[in-house]
Amino acid sequence: MTELSIVQALNRGLRCAMESDPKVLLMGEDIGKLGGVFRVTEGLQKDFGEDRVIDAPLAESGIVGTAIGLALYGYRPVIEIQFDGFVYPAFDQIIVQLARMRYRSAGVLQLPITIRMPFGGGIGSVEHHGESPEAYFASTPGLRVVTCANPVDAYWMIQQAIASDDPVIFLEPKRRYWQKGEVDLSETLTSVPSMYQAKVLVEGSDCTIICYGPTVATSLHAAALAAQDGVSLEVIDLRTLSPLDLVTMEKSVKKTGRAVVVHEASSSGGIGGEVGQCLTESCFYYLQAPVLRVTGYDTPYPPSRIEDVYLPDVDRILDAVEKSMSY
Amino acid sequence: MESLEATVQLLSSMGELVDDPQFHSTLDGAALLALYRDMVLVRQLDQQATALQRQGELGLWAPLLGQEAAQIGSARAMQAQDYVFSTYREHGVAWCRGVDPVDMLRFWRGTAHQAWDANLHRFYGYQVIIGAHVLHATGYAMGMSKDGRTGTGDLEKDQAVVAYFGDGAMSEGDVNEAFVFATSFQSPVVFFCQNNQWAISEPTRRQSVVPLAQRAQGFGMPGIRVDGNDVIACHAVTMAALDRARAGKGPTLIEAFTYRMGAHTTSDDPTKYRDSADDELWRSRDPIDRLRIYLRAQEILNEKVESELASEAAYLAERMRVSCRELADPNPLTMFDHVYSGPDARLERQRLEVEAILADQETKVN
Ligand SMILES: Cc1ncc(C[n+]2csc(CCOP(=O)(O)OP(=O)(O)O)c2C)c(N)n1
Repeated sequence: MTELSIVQALNRGLRCAMESDPKVLLMGEDIGKLGGVFRVTEGLQKDFGEDRVIDAPLAESGIVGTAIGLALYGYRPVIEIQFDGFVYPAFDQIIVQLARMRYRSAGVLQLPITIRMPFGGGIGSVEHHGESPEAYFASTPGLRVVTCANPVDAYWMIQQAIASDDPVIFLEPKRRYWQKGEVDLSETLTSVPSMYQAKVLVEGSDCTIICYGPTVATSLHAAALAAQDGVSLEVIDLRTLSPLDLVTMEKSVKKTGRAVVVHEASSSGGIGGEVGQCLTESCFYYLQAPVLRVTGYDTPYPPSRIEDVYLPDVDRILDAVEKSMSY
Repeated sequence: MESLEATVQLLSSMGELVDDPQFHSTLDGAALLALYRDMVLVRQLDQQATALQRQGELGLWAPLLGQEAAQIGSARAMQAQDYVFSTYREHGVAWCRGVDPVDMLRFWRGTAHQAWDANLHRFYGYQVIIGAHVLHATGYAMGMSKDGRTGTGDLEKDQAVVAYFGDGAMSEGDVNEAFVFATSFQSPVVFFCQNNQWAISEPTRRQSVVPLAQRAQGFGMPGIRVDGNDVIACHAVTMAALDRARAGKGPTLIEAFTYRMGAHTTSDDPTKYRDSADDELWRSRDPIDRLRIYLRAQEILNEKVESELASEAAYLAERMRVSCRELADPNPLTMFDHVYSGPDARLERQRLEVEAILADQETKVN
């Protein structure tokens, strides 16, 4: 076992992917000497050279667009978008080109591109440095959208994402970057759970908490507190936001009869609505209460000094559980 | 190191006046002293804000250290009727547009996304998304020409727009599209690019293999490279570009060649990617020092004026320190304001929910 932070686990995972496939290359702003603003690519340019760890011109559409060309040629680009709020200049390339190339070409062309980006709030910075854009991507067929919530998943999922022949939007919970955990580096990429599956992190019988990315730690905390009060929560880390792993969720909800979805993004048009609707359709007769949501509000992220009120916290999760239990 | 050839300079780094065949300064002693005062105060503002960030009072700050001449020289060339679109680093320009430094701090402290009335100051605000505002500036300028606010022949009344951005921004599609629109419609906009040689850790060479000003030609507008640490030259070239814009002759790209003497932001560590030898070199080209040398030699500046200015700067710093700590967090319920032009039923429900949560917390505390 090796103790790693999420940043370190991602760094190690990227290193493994680059060692095992010479066609893997990294592109992004300030990822070379600086190692990225969060240091995820620290030391990689030194070891793999400027040809494989590329400091790109400051143009996100350019980065994704040229990565598409590189992938068509035969490379396997891994892009770093510096912050969630800076991905939008690349939107056209991602939504209109990247997501559809396989479909459009009837499977002849494929784009094994991974786009990494830190997401979510909670770091106290200025506008555009804390956003939750996942639903835009998750509502686009052809993109796989995944997120890791701990160092173990960070290490394995980044490698699985790079190995995937589909384009993957890889979301990193920035306020958990420094969270540490023990990672067993002796496992293999195929022996660990697939990134296309959700994970039950805590088993419970009263209510299922469905969360991902930054809200996983908050939900685990809530589950621990609820346990002290004799309420047994099952916690599911979605990991894959699109396509959703319905099977794991259904199994849990058929057992508990209740579900609360937790995410930082606004509720309107969010992942929570999709999860809730899917569960309603497949588990209607098992549900004791409507699927509830604890989310950011339907506003842009507010100034950082009041962001705490915007972000889901333990109290809001426990209130929702109580509400669900009282149906 | 890039050469300074073909760069407009009117005041050398030794503090001596230099002739330029095309550009001449109209500034008298009093005007130069005023520019000096602006630069000294803005440097103080910047240093104080950096210190406040270190003390945990601000979430972040983007220092302008080294770019005082580029910002003050260009901003003082504008008239009240002009309109400015800027990035997060243009505190000096904000200062010239009459924005209270304490309001600047509110953004960086995280108490407001924008803390002043853009239309009152005719200063749009800090844009964080690289290049986005350069299109906005161009559209605003298009509006001015449509409404006959420019090209009337009255340079005192004619309006123009100035768009500020960095060398890194020159790569963004938005900026290049702005050049196309502005030249196509001959809009009254001055593109003021501060080439501080770095986009965080990336040198300008990653964005361009030719001097940035040279790109203007391909779009069909004049490109001027100016010594960005020479406040007199920055003032003169911006005046000329603004006059041209006001006269209805279209846009100009100015590349102010300067150096980011500090970190990209307070979160950045430049020792990871650049050589401190460059820092030394550029310290010897300090924009404030050279004007001081000149003004002292001309006896426009003396001990007495210097010490008055020092007290004024100390007072500014003190006011920033005190006022920053007093900046209260906004009421969380304000997060629901201004999402739309009018009320929305769903947001209102969410607002009530937060109101109840806050009331509940209040009772728990008491
Ligand atoms: C669209 C977008 N991409 C990336 C960033 C992150 N970022 C912030 S500042 C910066 C460098 C900007 O360099 P430059 O344009 O030269 O301006 P400077 O900061 O040097 O004044 C980057 C990459 C951003 N803010 N917006």
